[in-house]
Amino acid sequence: MRRGWFLPIVATLGFCFLYAPIASLIIFSFNESRLVTVWGGFSTRWYGELLADGQMLAAAWISLKVGVLAATIATVIGTLAAFVLTRFGKFRGKLLLTGMVTAPLVMPEVIIGLSLLLLFVAMELALGWPAGRGLTTVVIAHATFTSAYVAVIAQSRLRDMDESLEEAARDLGAGPVRVFFDITLPVIAPALVSGWLLAFTLSLDDLVIASFVSGPGASTLPMVIFSKVRLGVSPDVNALATIIIVIVAVAVTIAGLLLMRQSKRTG
Amino acid sequence: MSGASEPRRAGLPLRILALGLAGLGGAVAVSFLTLSATSALLLSVLVAGGVLYFLFSRFMGWSDRWMVIAVPLLWLGIFFLVPFFVLGRISLSETMIARPPYSPLWETDAQGNVEIIASLQNYWFILGDALYRNAYLSSIRIAAVSTVFALLLGYPIAYYIARSPEPRRSFLLLLVVLPFWTSFLLRVYAWIGFLRRDGVINNILTWLGVIDEPLVMMQTDFAVYIGIVYTYLPFMILPLYANLVKLDGALLEAASDLGASPMVTFFTVTLPLSLPGVIAGSMLVFIPAIGEYVIPALLGGPDTLMIGRTLWDEFFSARDWPVASAVAIIMLILVVIPMMWLQSVQNRQEDRP
Repeated sequence: MRRGWFLPIVATLGFCFLYAPIASLIIFSFNESRLVTVWGGFSTRWYGELLADGQMLAAAWISLKVGVLAATIATVIGTLAAFVLTRFGKFRGKLLLTGMVTAPLVMPEVIIGLSLLLLFVAMELALGWPAGRGLTTVVIAHATFTSAYVAVIAQSRLRDMDESLEEAARDLGAGPVRVFFDITLPVIAPALVSGWLLAFTLSLDDLVIASFVSGPGASTLPMVIFSKVRLGVSPDVNALATIIIVIVAVAVTIAGLLLMRQSKRTG
Repeated sequence: MSGASEPRRAGLPLRILALGLAGLGGAVAVSFLTLSATSALLLSVLVAGGVLYFLFSRFMGWSDRWMVIAVPLLWLGIFFLVPFFVLGRISLSETMIARPPYSPLWETDAQGNVEIIASLQNYWFILGDALYRNAYLSSIRIAAVSTVFALLLGYPIAYYIARSPEPRRSFLLLLVVLPFWTSFLLRVYAWIGFLRRDGVINNILTWLGVIDEPLVMMQTDFAVYIGIVYTYLPFMILPLYANLVKLDGALLEAASDLGASPMVTFFTVTLPLSLPGVIAGSMLVFIPAIGEYVIPALLGGPDTLMIGRTLWDEFFSARDWPVASAVAIIMLILVVIPMMWLQSVQNRQEDRP
C-alpha cells in the first residue's frame, strides 16, 4: 500500500504542537528582560529570584508533603481495589467499586472539589473532625482521586500477569496472603511504582481540588502559581517550569533505562 | 532484587507483624511531622486498628476476603460517593449568613414536630436564569468543538504511531505521554506567551510579513479551544492507539487487493473497526472539558462562559454554597450520560477475547 506524505506531516506537526510551548517556556526562562516574549539577552536572574521567593518555596514544600502522603495512600487503596476487582470473582458491591474507581478519571474537578469540601464541612459539624481545612483535607482529597489512576494501572498489570504462578503457589499450600506478598506483589511492583509516580505527579499538579479543600496556611504550589499567573506572565514562573521539566525529563530517562535493563534481563 | 527469587521460609505472620509495625511507626512519624496532631492520632489509630484486626483474624482463622474488599470500598465510599449526597442535600437548602452558610433541611419545634424546609428553588432559579443556561450550553459547545479538533489531530498521530516499526513506536508513545507528566497549569500558562498580542505567534507572523496588525487570540474562544486540545490530546491519542495497534494488517491488504483505494479502505475498514477507540478518546476529552476551569480562566475572555468557571465564581466570589451545589448537580447529570456510554464501550472492549 502507498504510504503517502499525509501521515508523517500531520504527526510531525502534532508533535511540534505538543512541544513548541514547552520549548518556549524553557527558552524565555533564560531571558534577561521582564517582557517574557521579547529577547533581552541570556540571564539566570529569574532562577535567583525564584530561589529567594519564600512564599513559593513554602508552597513547594507543602506540595511535596501532600504529594508523598497522598500518593502512598492512593497506591495502597488503588492496589487493593485492583486486586479485589481482578482476583476475587463476584462479590456484593463489585459494580459499585468498579464505578467508583473509573468515575474519578473523568469527573470534572470542580465537582470533586466542591463535593469533598461540603463533606468535610458536614463531617466537622457532626464529628468535630477534620478541625478546619488544611494539609489533612488536601491529602485525603488527592489520595481519593489519584487512587483511581493507580487502580487502572494496577488492574491492567494484574490482567496481563500469568495467573498460573499464583495457582502454582496455592497448589503448593500457600495461603492467600502469602501468595499476594510472595508472588503477586513482586510481579506487579513496577506497575505500582509507576502508579505511585503518576499519583504523586497528579497531586503536585492539581489546582482546582486543592483550592476547594485547602485552608489558610496550606496553599499548594499550583495555588501560588495560579495567583501569580492570573496577573500576567511572570518570568520566574518560567524558571520554575524549566526546573520541573528538567526533573521530569531526568526521571523519565532513568525509569526508561531501568525498564530497558529489566526487559533485557527477563526477555 | 535477588531476595525475591529465593524460597522464603521465615514465618509469614511474623513478617507481616514486622511489616505492620514498621508501617505503623513510619505513618506515625510522618504524620506527626506533617499533619495536625488530631489527624496524626486518627491515622495512627486507624493503622494500629488495621494491624490488630489483621492479627486477630489470623488467630481466629477468619477469611481475609472481606477485610481486603472493605478497605477500598469504604475509603472511596466515604470520600467519593457520600460527598455527592452531601452535595445534593445542600443544593436543597437556602443560603444563610452563618457557619456553614446554608439552612438546615428540617427544624424541630418545641412540641417535637419536624418541619421539612427543603426546596427545589435553587434549581428553578438556575434553569430560569439565562446566564446559567448559556453557561451550560456554551460549555457543551466548547467541549464538543475541542473534542472534534482533538480527534482530527489525534487520529492521524495515533495511526502513524500504530503503524511505525517497534523501536520508533515506543519512542513516539513516550513523546505523547511525556508532556502529561509536566505541570498541566504550566502548559496552559505557556500558551499565554504564544497567543498574546506581543506573543510568539504574532512576532513570527509579523516578522514573516504575513500580517501587519497583531492577531487577537488571547481571551477568545479560539484560545480556549487550543488550550483544551493541547492539554487533552494525549487522552485522545492513547485509546485510539491502543485500538489501532490491534488492527489486523491482513484486512487492509485484502481491501487493497480487491481494488479499494486507500481512502475507501480507510472509511470502510479502518474507521469502523476503530470506532470504540474513537468513542473512548472523545469521551475522555469531552467529559472533563465540560467542567474545565483553569483553561477558560487563563486563556478565555470575560465573555467565555463555561459552567466550571460559573461554579467557581458562585462558590468563591458570591459564596452561595447552595446555588453552587445545584449548579454542580445539574453538571453531574449532564456528564453522567456520556460517562455511562464510555463505561459500556470499555466493558465491551474487555469482554472481547
